[in-house]
Amino acid sequence: MTTARAGHTEQAGRTEQAGRTEQAGRTRFEPPVGAESGPFWDATREGRLLVQWCTRCDRGIFYPRAFCPYCAGVGGAEVGGPLEWRQASGRATVHAAVVEHRPEAAGAAFADGAPFCIALVDLEEGVRMMTNVVGSPPEDVHSGMAVTVHWEPLSDGRQLALFRPAEGEA
Amino acid sequence: MSREERSLRGAAAVVGVTDDVSPTGELDRTGRELEVAMVLGALEDAGLALADVDGVCHPESAVAFAEYLGVHPTFVESTMTGGSSYEVHLEHAAAAIAAGLCEVVVSVYASTPRSDRTRKRRQPRRGMAGPNPMQEWELPFGLRLPMGPYALAAARHMHEFGTTSEQLAAIAVQTREWAALNPRARYRDPLTVTDVLASPLQVSPLHLLDCCLVTDGAGAFVMTSAARARTLRKPPVYVLGAATCTDHMGITQMPDLTTTPGAVSGARAFAMAGLGPADVDVLMGYDSFTITALLHLEDLGFCAKGEGGPFAAEGGLGPGGSLPMNTNGGGLSFTHPGMYGMFLITEAVRQLRGEADARQVGGAEVAVAHGSGMFLSVLSTAILGTEATL
Repeated sequence: MTTARAGHTEQAGRTEQAGRTEQAGRTRFEPPVGAESGPFWDATREGRLLVQWCTRCDRGIFYPRAFCPYCAGVGGAEVGGPLEWRQASGRATVHAAVVEHRPEAAGAAFADGAPFCIALVDLEEGVRMMTNVVGSPPEDVHSGMAVTVHWEPLSDGRQLALFRPAEGEA
Repeated sequence: MSREERSLRGAAAVVGVTDDVSPTGELDRTGRELEVAMVLGALEDAGLALADVDGVCHPESAVAFAEYLGVHPTFVESTMTGGSSYEVHLEHAAAAIAAGLCEVVVSVYASTPRSDRTRKRRQPRRGMAGPNPMQEWELPFGLRLPMGPYALAAARHMHEFGTTSEQLAAIAVQTREWAALNPRARYRDPLTVTDVLASPLQVSPLHLLDCCLVTDGAGAFVMTSAARARTLRKPPVYVLGAATCTDHMGITQMPDLTTTPGAVSGARAFAMAGLGPADVDVLMGYDSFTITALLHLEDLGFCAKGEGGPFAAEGGLGPGGSLPMNTNGGGLSFTHPGMYGMFLITEAVRQLRGEADARQVGGAEVAVAHGSGMFLSVLSTAILGTEATL
């Protein structure tokens, strides 16, 4: 899961043939860095999962924003708001999971083009993010399953937060 | 503001419709030529001319299209909400007409993805420009669009309510029964639940036959004030209620995977119309996937939340059923060029005019065109009715 993939170039979900050959069919669209998410991605280089946090609402925000969208509900929305970054435990619960049975149609070929699991997971800190659950037959991943973060390197040193079943989960 | 003050009930009517699809899935015409043909066809249906048009809707650029048409509208509308764009146009056109901004509005759609592919026409890559949250937080995980988000909604619905693949398949089967009555439908052969379950899994739990088609298709509608509508060629189809709601763009941000913002747009549109689900004679509910239609049944109040599976499996959505749904054969079997919402309106209007031939629902007075755009992101509901419903 940690093969370096330098020179691996993707655009809009399409992968360069050369990169694909080099990497034995393992291709992934690599995420751009949004205007507010630099700290998130920087921390992934050290294997730390950060969540943006509003200290006024006392809740996590995902995806990262320039303001807290929940403060609007308490009359205090302001750009830059009382936001900070907190390190997440890396523990999460699967909210919903599906299996892509035609990776080539998705423009993605993980696990040598075998079917793979896409899931929405709820972090212990209360935010929901998309991921792939690995380390389990994809069809066995189910709502309610406990998972933990599992880092997969990207070509530029950042890492992508994947998840795998927690100890004791089938 | 009171409900009465914001009501559009009966203020405007759809007075002309046309559409163009083929059982081959492909059309000969494309681009502007096809769009103009649709506009002229809808105006002809209404007994109006291009010179009457003072409002133009087009989901890319109403300004560019108005220029091409050579008209000088006082109302332009380029809202692009994906498949629900045309229900939104209908709502906004009704409001503009009611407010006196314009009197005759056209909305048009033409898309030829199937023949573009077979004839190797270059198709400009459309979509969201530049980095956006979906690229950063969803697409790296191999999420196939549009199917992936719908599969996640289906998986969660199954987990929470015990909904089954057989129940989802029942929607495809009943929709195909309608398509069998429509000579222009892409697929007309009978379909069974077994057929749907035997079709290849795409993004589980969705099978190939849980998914809409990819076809060419085009259409247009014309709207005007209720007063002017009564002077025209065809029986007016009145806008009784209309409402739109969005609660996310990317599926990661959807507040509840099993409830669409159609629960809001539907309730508001019904309230404006002074009607409820029991009053509906024809439901045109956007069926991009079987799960999409199932969620509409719940969110519009035809059954309780979580009961869409058993409700669909009981039957009643097909010809002769208690809730005729997607009487043209839907996105699942009739046509689906990408933004199918246009065809919800053209079919609803034909049903209310009694022009639906073999698939005509007897005595249809109230029809709902319920559009779903993006990834269950933007739902727009139009309640349409005959003169008798005013």
